[in-house]
Amino acid sequence: MVVSKHIDKDKKGVSVVDAYIKVENLSFSRGDRVIYDNISLTIPRGKVTAVMGPSGTGKTTLLRLIAAQLAPDNGFIWVDGQDVHSLSRSGLYKVREKIGMLFQSGALFSDMTVADNVAFPMEEHTKLSPSEIKRIASEKLHSVGLRGAAQLMPSELSGGMARRVALARAIALDPELVMYDEPFTGQDPISKGVLVKLIRQLNDSTGITSVLVSHDVEESLSIADHVCILAGGRVIAEGSADEIRASNDPQVKQFLNGEPDGPVPFHYPETSSSEVAL
Amino acid sequence: MKTIALLGERFLDWLESVGRAGIFLAQSVCRLPVRFKESIRLLVAQLYSVGVLSLVIVVVSGAFIGMVLALQGYSILAKFGSEEAVGQLLALSLLRELAPVVTALLFAGRAGSSLTAEIGLMKATEQLSSYEMMGVDPLRRIIAPRFIAGVICLPLLSLIFSATGIIGGLVVSVSWLGVHDGAFWSLMQQSVYFDTDIMNGFIKVVCFSVVVTWIAVYQGYECVPTSEGIGKATTRTVVLGSLAILALDFVLTAAMFGDF
Repeated sequence: MVVSKHIDKDKKGVSVVDAYIKVENLSFSRGDRVIYDNISLTIPRGKVTAVMGPSGTGKTTLLRLIAAQLAPDNGFIWVDGQDVHSLSRSGLYKVREKIGMLFQSGALFSDMTVADNVAFPMEEHTKLSPSEIKRIASEKLHSVGLRGAAQLMPSELSGGMARRVALARAIALDPELVMYDEPFTGQDPISKGVLVKLIRQLNDSTGITSVLVSHDVEESLSIADHVCILAGGRVIAEGSADEIRASNDPQVKQFLNGEPDGPVPFHYPETSSSEVAL
Repeated sequence: MKTIALLGERFLDWLESVGRAGIFLAQSVCRLPVRFKESIRLLVAQLYSVGVLSLVIVVVSGAFIGMVLALQGYSILAKFGSEEAVGQLLALSLLRELAPVVTALLFAGRAGSSLTAEIGLMKATEQLSSYEMMGVDPLRRIIAPRFIAGVICLPLLSLIFSATGIIGGLVVSVSWLGVHDGAFWSLMQQSVYFDTDIMNGFIKVVCFSVVVTWIAVYQGYECVPTSEGIGKATTRTVVLGSLAILALDFVLTAAMFGDF
């Protein structure tokens, strides 16, 4: 296996074979702004991992780097033992077939019905008969409680429903990894509860690896087996939900408790040019 | 010195974007969706939204331009007693110049802007990323059918424009101004040649169709995915598309009809 040449165990003693995703010395910047400065983290196989951090720390960017939609300046990302940034276009598309992603906006295809949206990945990547595809799509919709909405268009759905349809679509091909980008943002308490339950259930029943990017502390900690907290371009804490809750690190405490004062600055850093503008 | 450096930088930026657009075009033309039935379905949907939905504006504009042309032409030709030549005037000016150029300009405004906005909005709502994440190439699925539909539709729309223009002119000159209809048609028939007039106009409009649709889909695909970004990209499609049509028209006309 490619990975084992580089590292057998990370600093927390998680074997790389158990790691579905391994991020090593990753650096990434947008223009002059450094998003990640040499970070390393592990996403264990078959568990729910929550990546948390204040808005603007590049949590979504991390998902895009993992899916190789963006290329890092430095460092490596292994997904299931493959260095995704060294793959050819077709190799990368093969890896992506194993990944389901739930986008922040749902990203449903606006020109297809709900049922067609869920059926789409199967039509593209499997040789199943249309009736088989229809049956599976309807099953997946049933699992998110929306079989009755199969013939609606995405524009007729509420935000919470759209995200549940997107979840059904993300799991249509029974992926090994599902990445959730801010699944709870803008959801009412009931939808939030439904999503939390669905994510946990999905993981327990099928044993897939889940990565959850969020800044909703309570929801994320309640379902995550493993938690990473990012701030200021670095990983400030990594461990189980209980370990994170018990952490004494002032940055972690400030984030978990939502305190306005602390080491994480409230003000966006001022540059000399913005001072001149004032 | 600074100005020269800035100019150089701008030029390099421009060159880079032209290069990117070129690669983009090559990639999207070579990549229709793999499944034949699916590609036909996607193409037909685009032919409808790009072509059929542009019919009204093209037919109405064609008819009015033909009518105006007949009125203007008649008033001048009548001074020389050769008002029958109005048919010839109509056919030649429509086939050689007006139909390709005006249809392409209308197309940039009607279909080009909507292509840019649609693709831009797909980008903003992460639909394009979503295709990529599913291992489906958005160039294949979204861009290719739209580009091909544009290239097929614009030449056909231009022919329809010419036809309705001539009918509009016929109504004004024959039914209203009293030009003899036999003379109207026979002079037209005598003076219009298939290869120099119809084909040259057709070649022009095919070139326009490639350029306009290319600009439209590229602007959508590369836009900044915000409401402001989509607005700007849509404006750029219409402005760049129109300028490209007019400049290209001059070059092509010089090559086809210029004696050198």
